[in-house]
Amino acid sequence: MTDNDVIIKIEHLSKSYGDKVVLNDINLDIKRGEFVTLLGPSGCGKTTTLRLIAGFNKADSGTIMMDGKDITDVPPYCRPLNTVFQRYALFPHLDVYDNVAFGLKLNKMPENEIRMKVKRVLKMVSMTDYEDRDVNSLSGGQQQRVAIARALVNQPKVLLLDEPLAALDLKMRKDMQIELKEMHQKLGITFIYVTHDQEEALTLSDRIVVMDEGKIQQIGTPTDIYNEPVNSFVADFIGESNILNGVMIEDRKVAFMYHEFECVDEGFGSNVPVDVVIRPEDIYIMSRTDNAQMTGVVKSCTFKGVHYEMFVETETGYELMIQDYNAYEIGSTVGLIIKPQDIQVMKKEHVCNAYEGVMKGSDHVEFLGSEFECLPCGFTDGDKVRVEVDFRKVDLMDDKEDGTTTGTVVSILYKGNHYYIKVKTECGEDIFAHTQDVWDKFDMVGIKILPQDIRIKPLAKDE
Amino acid sequence: MMKKFFAKAYIYILLLLLYAPLIFIAVCSFTEAKVLGNWTGFSTRLYANLFSNAVEGGNSLIAAIYNTLIIALVAASVSTLFGTFAAIGIHNMHGARKRAVQFMNSIPMVNPDVITGVSLFLLFIFLHFTQGYASVTLAHITFCIPYVVLSVLPKLTQMNPNIYEAALDLGATPRQAFWKVMVPELRPGMISGFILAFTMSLDDFAVTFFTRGTIGLETLSTYIYTDARKGGLTPELRPLMTIIFVIILILLLITNIRQMRAARRAAVR
Repeated sequence: MTDNDVIIKIEHLSKSYGDKVVLNDINLDIKRGEFVTLLGPSGCGKTTTLRLIAGFNKADSGTIMMDGKDITDVPPYCRPLNTVFQRYALFPHLDVYDNVAFGLKLNKMPENEIRMKVKRVLKMVSMTDYEDRDVNSLSGGQQQRVAIARALVNQPKVLLLDEPLAALDLKMRKDMQIELKEMHQKLGITFIYVTHDQEEALTLSDRIVVMDEGKIQQIGTPTDIYNEPVNSFVADFIGESNILNGVMIEDRKVAFMYHEFECVDEGFGSNVPVDVVIRPEDIYIMSRTDNAQMTGVVKSCTFKGVHYEMFVETETGYELMIQDYNAYEIGSTVGLIIKPQDIQVMKKEHVCNAYEGVMKGSDHVEFLGSEFECLPCGFTDGDKVRVEVDFRKVDLMDDKEDGTTTGTVVSILYKGNHYYIKVKTECGEDIFAHTQDVWDKFDMVGIKILPQDIRIKPLAKDE
Repeated sequence: MMKKFFAKAYIYILLLLLYAPLIFIAVCSFTEAKVLGNWTGFSTRLYANLFSNAVEGGNSLIAAIYNTLIIALVAASVSTLFGTFAAIGIHNMHGARKRAVQFMNSIPMVNPDVITGVSLFLLFIFLHFTQGYASVTLAHITFCIPYVVLSVLPKLTQMNPNIYEAALDLGATPRQAFWKVMVPELRPGMISGFILAFTMSLDDFAVTFFTRGTIGLETLSTYIYTDARKGGLTPELRPLMTIIFVIILILLLITNIRQMRAARRAAVR
């Protein structure tokens, strides 16, 4: 891709509100004429990115280039791009015509030219007969059409769309998705689209930028993102998936669910812990068990329209979600096969919890903003140490009083036979836990770690 | 049955007592009697006198009316402008700072007028500010602003926060976005703020009395005060008060009808 193809270039963009980091060093190139979607859960920084591109907020650091020019400090009214807002943001005191003509009138365009342009753009969004209508009398879908027309009439080089369909009902949303896609193809301008709806992103986009916690997790085409997620967050967020712990034995060989599988991934090294993703439609299920790689028992079976969704418990105690066109009876034993190309192996972001801590006496250590009891280990008071705690050894408790410190559950990932839970502690650092217990997002928990489960090591040289 | 009758009678007696003095003045404005309360037959002489400038005691009453209206208009206009800006500023604040400023905004409204008047009087003396027209107008602007802020703030909360940004996005400078988008949205709040400020200024006595200085500036309220101390009210004040009451009544009716219409329109949405 040459620089001429890039219409917007974002480099090292960061933004914080108070001490909350919303965007953390974002780098992104957007190609001319592309339909790019910023996708992620609420609070991931996608809307902030869009608002920085539009110029409504100022970045703390980093640059935004458009057509080779630095626009980081250019005010929004001088940027050649227009925005469609989530709640439409039509001007309530103006009728449909004047709303659409607003930008043209500011440019002192001759009246007859304005009239022609407004008529043309209203025709494009199928709102021809609504010129004189009060915008408040329109339905949500109609208001959104007017908002799109108002942005497009100025012929922007880039159209920014901030969850434009979020307030519409499902049927309307589907129709508008198709219309937006057609509009994009017809106009040939760049669309930057923000949504939290993964299906919408997969349907509309040329490229998807998956974001979480102010960072870009993955950039790729919808097929790339779906078939080859780079980490467990992306795999879990996009579509349904089975995410399991595994060990990469060697190139093209991975073990999970106490079974060795052939796969197509290379370059992870040998005996390296990894995350494994298998899409529910990629597991072959059959009633014969003799040729199968594994066997399991069907626990539930739900009809989903096109396919059946089944939960199968394997002989090794893992629960798998499987989608198939055929239904298998609950309680029946089935054979399962997973083909090498359907196994997606991902590097693990964390292998265990690791922190920098300070010894308090010989048998206490301070980390996560609290003092934990530990076994004496040869370090003395005030020594800086590296503290490691296995995921399995972190105990989460209902009663906050019972824990050494407390935190809030921020994400939950089911891994076939246990939950992988991320807890944001009071001090702002994260701790990960493996547990059989069911927690909900935003639950407040007490965190307890037994003294023998805290491993204390000398700090590595570079720390 | 009896209970219902008393309940109804109670409210009517209350209303009658409230409005009796006003009705009394209005009735007495249609007679020529010098002494208030005497009825010497129906006449519109006092109204004619008032408008033909033939009031006993020269032009001072007309001058006072003129002063009152000018001061009220200037004070209401300026405080509407400043109050709207202040409301926008407060609206964009967050947390404790916002609450603190809102609290500070409400103090002048509950503060007794006498105290406001005396403290402004002392302030003007301290600053060696010549007291007269300017000081009275400034004083009126001061106590009117909080009322404007209070009537504009709810309009800002109702407003879609994105419409200002939408205007910028479509190429409007912040100034254009303010006049073309914000002002039309805030206009109902600004109008009711203006009317409120106008009436507050119109009937103010205490603050005016302390800040008008010694140049002999008279507004209606200070004129009536001085007039009453000289022994008996000038008869032409009766038609004047009646007219003011009717004007205020009409203004109130207009704002109420506007609000009812707006509420009905909101309900239809």
